[in-house]
Amino acid sequence: MENVGIMTIITIVFTATIRSATPLIFASLGGNFSEKSGVVNIGLEGIMTVGAFSAVFFSYKTGSPWAGLLGAIVVGALFGLLLAFLSINFKANQVVVGVAINILAASLTTFLLVEIWGRPGQTDNVNYFQAWGPFNLFTYLAFVMVAVSYYIIYKTPFGLRIRAVGEHPRAADTLGVNVYWIRYVCVTISGILAGIGGASLSIGSLSLFKEGMVAGKGFIALAALIFGKWNPVGAALACLFFGFADALQTVAADLPVPKEFLFALPYILTMLAVSGFIGKSVGPSASGIPYEKGER
Amino acid sequence: MFKKGLVLLLALTLVFTMLTGCAKPAPAPAPEAAPTPEATQAPTEPAKPAVSFGMITDVGGLGDKSFNDSAWDGMQKAGKELGVEPVILQSTKQEDYEANIGNMAQSVDLTIAVGFLMEQAMITGADQYPDKKFGIIDMVVAKPNVMSVVFKEHEGSFLVGVIAGLTTKSDVIGFVGGMELPLIKKFEAGFRAGVASVNPKAKVLVNYTGVFDNPDKGKEVALAQFKKKADVIYHASGACGIGVIQAADEQGFWAIGVDKDQSSESKNNKVLASMIKRVDVGTYTIAKSYADNNFGGGQILDLGVKEEGVGYSDGGNNIPAEVKAVADKYKAAIVDGTIVVPTNEDELKAFKPVEIK
Repeated sequence: MENVGIMTIITIVFTATIRSATPLIFASLGGNFSEKSGVVNIGLEGIMTVGAFSAVFFSYKTGSPWAGLLGAIVVGALFGLLLAFLSINFKANQVVVGVAINILAASLTTFLLVEIWGRPGQTDNVNYFQAWGPFNLFTYLAFVMVAVSYYIIYKTPFGLRIRAVGEHPRAADTLGVNVYWIRYVCVTISGILAGIGGASLSIGSLSLFKEGMVAGKGFIALAALIFGKWNPVGAALACLFFGFADALQTVAADLPVPKEFLFALPYILTMLAVSGFIGKSVGPSASGIPYEKGER
Repeated sequence: MFKKGLVLLLALTLVFTMLTGCAKPAPAPAPEAAPTPEATQAPTEPAKPAVSFGMITDVGGLGDKSFNDSAWDGMQKAGKELGVEPVILQSTKQEDYEANIGNMAQSVDLTIAVGFLMEQAMITGADQYPDKKFGIIDMVVAKPNVMSVVFKEHEGSFLVGVIAGLTTKSDVIGFVGGMELPLIKKFEAGFRAGVASVNPKAKVLVNYTGVFDNPDKGKEVALAQFKKKADVIYHASGACGIGVIQAADEQGFWAIGVDKDQSSESKNNKVLASMIKRVDVGTYTIAKSYADNNFGGGQILDLGVKEEGVGYSDGGNNIPAEVKAVADKYKAAIVDGTIVVPTNEDELKAFKPVEIK
């Protein structure tokens, strides 16, 4: 490309990186809250899907993307509560519940799509958050949320309790911390964040819901969480890294690399991340284990 | 114990709701089950038509406002004329093709698959159900019970290339393709030939998204081309094009739609023109010829500008009259054979731009 400067390409990749990372950041922050408190949230993908759908639905009904965002938050929270209810009260296997939520979300949205818009596939265009400068509202919000999450988890008494409950719930319980309550709150926050992540796809970068539009981003967010060693800042950096792999595809024609390799790159990175390429990445020790009060 | 049982019950409930949910989008292929209020369920049924036909979408699915929707329009038109309700099955992934074709063939007489990706599945299906009829759009399947419809997309793309070449101010034009396959290369070659014919100094940026069903990617690629000064972008990328048009809306460049008039997709009327591919004519023709007992097994319909199978449309009234006049002259030249539009990279290299005053 003779007359396209290197600066232009860098700008393109830079902005595309941040835009692609936005939904991932929300979802992996959500995963972070949940796992820090000891509940594995495999359902991120599904919660993103319902979040994306409800954002479009409420924006369609009211004509305001703000209502869409609110709808995504509420529905995301409800799905978070469902996960919390099953895995905390009933001590169901958290992975199984998460997978169930994913499948439930995919079929529920497909079903409602036909009920509401009268056809499968995708919805009509709705009002959405237009870009302010190179990014839309969600991107700015994502970076604010990274800082807020970091502050909450590492600098507040509440965050200390979250970590205690995730590392050693019995000890926390002995000291009078309400383990169930903390986990409930965290899983609900997780649902809210994943819901916003879904909304950032459907009423942020696009203006419609399409079946399968989340396309594995919930799982990539989980990988980013591991990659980032269960730390909000680390996770956000990992999301940016995955976003970068995605963004390279948009300038594929200008790079001396086979396109197929670039298309596969995000998945290759995910595999590297989960196979421990980055060294030992240890999660909260009670993550995934239901807590039984008074058990020995 | 009680709690464990309850958890199991809840989990099972979840699983079963999922399963029923999964079954929902694909209406039971049995034609009786399809909602046919006026046509087949009327109590006084005057000689119920003996034909039944159905269509299988590609992964873009209904609602892509492009290829699949257009094909479905043709089916519905044929259905209305014949008083039957066409059946539809949607493919959500490529693994669905064979199952969908098999299911459809078991319940209707004529199965039309839209999309060249279904070639292999169509061959399997046609062999498996030799006494059923099949149709395929965008691909030639040489089987005695399959009718194939293909289009000269390069000719239509050439015309929108002419329009793009005359409209651009920056002399940079974008092309966004879906998967990099010979079919999409036809669009690209024709388009670039059209641009070169009227505006030899214009540069065409070519990018492929690698998929047909990710609007997000289409948008990113279009924004990248816009950053590189492209002011007219043509897409041949299925549902990715929704993102291309949305980017055009936000940034104010021109988008060129594909397959169907896509001007209604743009809130700010930024669709300059659309390359029309009459997929509806294709599905309609197959269904109709079958109903008329004219089904040409093994036949190939190749629809070009001459047959009105491809062309351009201006649903947004954005093409200036003088540009239209030039485009129509080129159209005439293609029809009478003065211009042979290239279909691939090699032919494009050999192509001599013809200037028509």
